[in-house]
Amino acid sequence: MAFSAFAPSTVSEQAPRRKSRVALLLLLPGILYLLLFFLVPLLSLILTSLQAPTVSGDIGQYRTAFEWQNYSTAIGQYGGQILRSFVYAVLATVFALLFSYPLAYFIGVKARPYPLLQNLALILVIAPFFISFLLRTLAWKQLLSDESAIVTGLKALALLAPDAHVTGTPVAVVFGLTYNFIPFMTLPLYASLERLDLRYLEAGNDLYATPFSTFLRVTIPLSMPGIVSGVLLTFIPAAGDYVNASREFLGGTGTTMIGNVIESNFLVSLNYPAAAAMSVMLMVAILILVTIYVRRSGTEDLL
Amino acid sequence: MAAMTGSAFAEAGADLKLVGVQKRFPGFTAIENLDLTIPAGSFFALLGPSGCGKTTTLRLVAGLEEVSAGRILIGGKDVTATKAYQRPVNTVFQSYALFPHLSILENVAFGLRRRKMTDALTRAHEALNLVELDHLSARKPAQLSGGQQQRVALARAVVNRPALLLLDEPLGALDLKLRRQMQLELKSIQGEVGLTFLHVTHDQEEAMTMADTVAVMNKGRIEQMGAPAILYELPRTAFVANFLGQSNLFSGLVAGETSNSIAVDIAGSRIVVPKSRAQRHGGEVTIGVRPEKLILTRTAPNANSALNSLGPGRITDVSFSGVSTQFSVEIPSVGAVVVFAQNLQASPMASVGDAVWVSWNVEHGFGLEDDERSAARFSADESTAMIAAHRKDALLAELEDS
Amino acid sequence: MSTQEAAALATAGNAVETPAGSGRGRKRDSNFGGWILPVYTAVALLFLLIPIAYTFVFSFNRSLKSNISWRGFTFDNWTGVCKAQGVCEAVGNSLLVGVIATFLATVLGTMIALALVRYRFRFRSAISLLLFLPMATPEVVLGAGLAAEFLTAGVQKGLVTIILAHTMFCISFVVVTVKARVASLDPALEEAGRDLYGSPGQVFWRITFPLLVPGIVSAALLSFSLSFDDFIITNFNSGAETTFPKFVYIAAARGIPAEANVVASAVFVLALVVVIVSQVSAAARRRRLAAT
Repeated sequence: MAFSAFAPSTVSEQAPRRKSRVALLLLLPGILYLLLFFLVPLLSLILTSLQAPTVSGDIGQYRTAFEWQNYSTAIGQYGGQILRSFVYAVLATVFALLFSYPLAYFIGVKARPYPLLQNLALILVIAPFFISFLLRTLAWKQLLSDESAIVTGLKALALLAPDAHVTGTPVAVVFGLTYNFIPFMTLPLYASLERLDLRYLEAGNDLYATPFSTFLRVTIPLSMPGIVSGVLLTFIPAAGDYVNASREFLGGTGTTMIGNVIESNFLVSLNYPAAAAMSVMLMVAILILVTIYVRRSGTEDLL
Repeated sequence: MAAMTGSAFAEAGADLKLVGVQKRFPGFTAIENLDLTIPAGSFFALLGPSGCGKTTTLRLVAGLEEVSAGRILIGGKDVTATKAYQRPVNTVFQSYALFPHLSILENVAFGLRRRKMTDALTRAHEALNLVELDHLSARKPAQLSGGQQQRVALARAVVNRPALLLLDEPLGALDLKLRRQMQLELKSIQGEVGLTFLHVTHDQEEAMTMADTVAVMNKGRIEQMGAPAILYELPRTAFVANFLGQSNLFSGLVAGETSNSIAVDIAGSRIVVPKSRAQRHGGEVTIGVRPEKLILTRTAPNANSALNSLGPGRITDVSFSGVSTQFSVEIPSVGAVVVFAQNLQASPMASVGDAVWVSWNVEHGFGLEDDERSAARFSADESTAMIAAHRKDALLAELEDS
Repeated sequence: MSTQEAAALATAGNAVETPAGSGRGRKRDSNFGGWILPVYTAVALLFLLIPIAYTFVFSFNRSLKSNISWRGFTFDNWTGVCKAQGVCEAVGNSLLVGVIATFLATVLGTMIALALVRYRFRFRSAISLLLFLPMATPEVVLGAGLAAEFLTAGVQKGLVTIILAHTMFCISFVVVTVKARVASLDPALEEAGRDLYGSPGQVFWRITFPLLVPGIVSAALLSFSLSFDDFIITNFNSGAETTFPKFVYIAAARGIPAEANVVASAVFVLALVVVIVSQVSAAARRRRLAAT
């Protein structure tokens, strides 16, 4: 949804021939703001990531340098967390897609004759947005705690080992990530499915395609822009998240993600170069993955 | 009333004069050197296919585009450098462009309020009365039908009593019946308020029914201008001959001439055209005749100095259209000739495969001013050229960005 | 004649279908899933609501130090929401930050959106990229980057730095929302304004701006909700100041007071009311238009 908004639009450019002085005045404040508070911070992250400790060795004191080994140190020390972040984010994205597609399909296609139902369902999909992100994650922590009805019930049904835990495990973290980013997946999917012309499906059926192959060969390709947007909007925040994996929330000692590492290095141990190096690597990795993904899914004009 | 310059109501329509107007867009020239005078109080139509420059001309007059060269005068005053909102000109837009957030009344009063008229609302009500929509003045545009919106757009423009009213295909979105009705209404309103109307359209029938003077435009130039009947009767170019109705055109060398006519050799037949109806009197010329002026006969017509005839040919197609029947006749070494015959009998007088002759009264032929080469121009694909120009435009912009 | 034609077509259809064999050639109704899809949707939507319901219910819990087990129903948390230490202060900060950041981001973003749709200029693709990237950057990177910048520049972190940070990540979302609205405006409307003696300023304020208001309002609402709920970027740039999400994060270690549930539930209800009212009024407007 948001990701396609900056696609080069050929139709919407109206009368683009007017004086550019006005354009400059309109653009300048906002663009300067983004340069100052988005681009310069990224550059200062890179600079920070190359800093070396001062000679005195005080905590939190660094000098400008070109310590490239900050990166290799970070990878050596936190390689596991980096890998884990991507695995968790991929899993959460896949689960969110599987969860959201039928939901979005029902709201966007099947519920089309009932606008009221459509609107109600959409409100319910975005409802989690309206309650604090942290509180809804904490709510799951309580709901999945060892004493909770859900966990004791599962144990009673012998679906869970008697001594098993849910919170503090990778399962809980991936579950939390999935839950928290479902609306980001559902909304773009809905946006593209809602515009799907049903006559294409009829044409598919007319041309001897079974419902399943119509779905596979017509519906899914036509909703590709929504899938791409949804995957990006879910994967990116999930990969950088550190709330779900944090020990106070759904995570445990073995679920630390790259976000947690950056946070603790930056805000607790004041190891700015390490935190910055991790941030730069996360940013670069995400940009590479996003570019590859967008290219391969054939929607290059998204960027 | 308001004393702002240019804000007073026009006493009557003013004349419009375009002098050497040129409009270039990056990549293509929309109008090359246009000279045009529209007398005050007249109903003037600019007729042409899409992309011929007629809408650009209108936008230049309105001040929505700036001329690349030349001058625009309204009532003798040079307005070339004046902004749209300072010109005594109003437009009825093709899409009506009614402000969706304002009521019908506020839409109509918009221009009056901008000019600080004290009795804006009274006048707006009067204008709505004129188009018989005052009872809907409190509604929003979206609550009106297409025809009603069209009338509001007209009232919104007319209420300002502009020296010149510009109509940009305002009837294009209406269905045929409503369009006919609105044509008559527009015409009567023009008579009532006495404004100068400049009407842009691609609908030749609309232009001919409504306007006193029609200018046929093609590729940024005016091909021919005049009263509708004269344009139809005596088209000067192949483009006009085919854009305004249909024509059968033949090319050949002038083989003889008398004091008041020329004779042209068309595939061996001698075709006579009055000199007064021919633009050129020597060399290779193109002559034409309207399909409804042709007479179809099964036998060769008797030699007659008042009659031109071609034949024999074979009928290749017959199509019945109620009022008339259209025959296509293939005449060897002349080509296809189209004949409209009134349905005077119950059954068609001829059928496919029949051998026939076509003939027409010498007084009905006309001679064009184009030479043979340019006669093919009417088939040029205007809109493709336009698309190509825009494509180039977009490419240039892209290059500029990177 | 038409019935004959239809019959002929039907026969032809059968003729084609028969050799194709049973099943594969048959044209079936596309209504696959039948009742499964509606039931799934209902269950999925209920699932999404579970933690919301939990938070809401526990806002009425007669809680002690922590708000984990149910001890009985009370309105005390709602009536005395500010009694819990720090809750109302944090909410006040969140509101202040949200309002200012929303205002700044909406103004700056709307200006950019207008320029993007209406004008042609150099470096267009570079600017588009600059607007797109903040949305594609993980929050933790945005937060750490700004914090690194403030650290290098020696800026004291506090409410001002939170506002600066929130404005930054809201701008892109405003641009996306408003740009769509600007692009859908019929340029003839502004031309009609100019034609009807409106000066450029009058045309903007009387025509363009009123028509953009719905887009601008939804952009502002989006910005405010993003700002109000942001934790990650705030955590890096708040110094000693607390916003509501940061309060929850800190409190999570020692137990969340029920008053936090009260605040979250109240915000939830308020947001729901705003959404429903706007939906209902839009529907009513459509009905009014359709009725005439």
